[in-house]
Amino acid sequence: MRQEEFEERYKDSWKTFEVQVSLAEALKLNRKKGDVSLKGFAENYRQLCYCLALARERHYSPMLIHRLEALVFRGHQSFYQKRLGILQNIYHFILHGFPQAVREQSKFIWTATALFYLPMIVIFLLMLVFPDMIYMIVDADTVVTMESMYDPAAERFGTERDSDSDFYMFGHYIQNNIGIAFKTFAGGILLTIGSQFFLLFNGFFFGAIAGHIYNIGYSETFFSFVIGHGAFELTGIVISGAAGLQLGWSILSPGIYSRKQALVNSAKSAIKLVYGAIFLLLIAAFVEAFWSSTHMVTANTKYWTGLGFWLLVISYMTLLGRKKGHVHGS
Amino acid sequence: MLDTTREIEVPEGVELSLAVAGLVSRSLAFMIDLLVRWMGLAAVSGLLGYLGNFGAGLFLILIFLVEWFYPVLFEVFNQGQTIGKKAMGIMVINDDGTPIDWSSSIVRNLLRFADFLPIFFGFGIISMLLNKDFKRLGDLAAGTLVVHRRSVIEEKMTYEQDGLAPKIPLTLEEQSAIISFAERSQRMSEGRTHELAGYLSPWLDQDKTNEDPLDAAKLLKRIAKWLRGHQ
Repeated sequence: MRQEEFEERYKDSWKTFEVQVSLAEALKLNRKKGDVSLKGFAENYRQLCYCLALARERHYSPMLIHRLEALVFRGHQSFYQKRLGILQNIYHFILHGFPQAVREQSKFIWTATALFYLPMIVIFLLMLVFPDMIYMIVDADTVVTMESMYDPAAERFGTERDSDSDFYMFGHYIQNNIGIAFKTFAGGILLTIGSQFFLLFNGFFFGAIAGHIYNIGYSETFFSFVIGHGAFELTGIVISGAAGLQLGWSILSPGIYSRKQALVNSAKSAIKLVYGAIFLLLIAAFVEAFWSSTHMVTANTKYWTGLGFWLLVISYMTLLGRKKGHVHGS
Repeated sequence: MLDTTREIEVPEGVELSLAVAGLVSRSLAFMIDLLVRWMGLAAVSGLLGYLGNFGAGLFLILIFLVEWFYPVLFEVFNQGQTIGKKAMGIMVINDDGTPIDWSSSIVRNLLRFADFLPIFFGFGIISMLLNKDFKRLGDLAAGTLVVHRRSVIEEKMTYEQDGLAPKIPLTLEEQSAIISFAERSQRMSEGRTHELAGYLSPWLDQDKTNEDPLDAAKLLKRIAKWLRGHQ
């Protein structure tokens, strides 16, 4: 069959399909227009694919093939989309998916935990012996800022922060802390080096500050402040680090897959840990801004609630999502 | 086939060839997006300035969202195109040609940070240059592909003359080359058309009549018309 005859024969059905694809694309953006009929979409699409195959086989002109390809591509994109159903997914993820993902990747979670907490503890203990070491790790300006932040004298005279500045701090914690978590994750693709760096660095830094604060006797203001949100924040950072380690490790040790495929597979599972880390860090920002800083309760109350938060996080990770029949891949 | 096209087989058994977007168009798209983001934030900061500390907090959250999720929202809801990508006519899709989903988009956009290292997208650029699909690290991990969005050029084929049978049998490749010449000639300058057709004029003008050297293009178009099935 010559090209013109071919075009003449199928022209109308291509036109019909083009109209349908445009409708389908509009429908994706605005689901309220649900009354339009896309009857025969699949049949038309299949016929179009058939035409493209024929046109290729018969070496019809590139212009025609190009036109058909463009139409097939639009059809393909409309036909094979995933359902979004995001709210239901979030609910299911928090109750089941996230704790399951954490347990599935326990290898990376424990590695990240060690990378973060070991240097923290080591530095803290070293600081008790060599107090001046703080100036080797943290620059003097930061030390002064930290000292003034946790000075018990300042707190006694200070008035309660108003809710507006609480909200400002909330915004700051979201922007800063979740940003750090994202970077900790992303750095992992560089053969786990980036994640290791952020975990170690933050562990060192935190351990050094904690040791210094302890040395100068500001313990109560500091530890009662950090214990509450720390449960969520430190866990969130560790988990995003674990996600990064998983990403980088898949390249180093791809198993039976090609490195490229192993990376894609691990990203699919690592991103679940990142979602979970976002969830934890949102809670952390909220607690840090509105609870940790409040002066209305005693340090003791904060210690006990802080302990409660830690137990909550640990039991959340270990107990939830164990019910059978709730194994959800996505 | 050019090495910048990527073949994707769809479940219906046909192959689509997609033109992968290169470093330049993607960088330009990124810069446009950067500009849009900054201007958007600058505009909003003026408004939020009136709300004191609450506004400042809100602004920080907004910076966070725009910094990390601006591309995600656009890619998921705007058919794989941020504003910059739309301006450059490129789009993100999954490796299998389906529309990009939340997870893939979030992975590729969070990993932009790793692409940015050590300075000014060093790793990203290296990765793109080493990879035949111009994938940066984020694309590699997310399994995504940035391609040129195909625009259909509606050509009105006008043949002022009758079709002409070629004097010797032509192979399929030769036939399609002649037809595509005729189709593309409407988008080429006259000089280029004649230049290209000129290479074939000895073959076309076998009778040595040679009335007009500019006739070669015209002859080719007439043959194309005949090949397309127009008698």
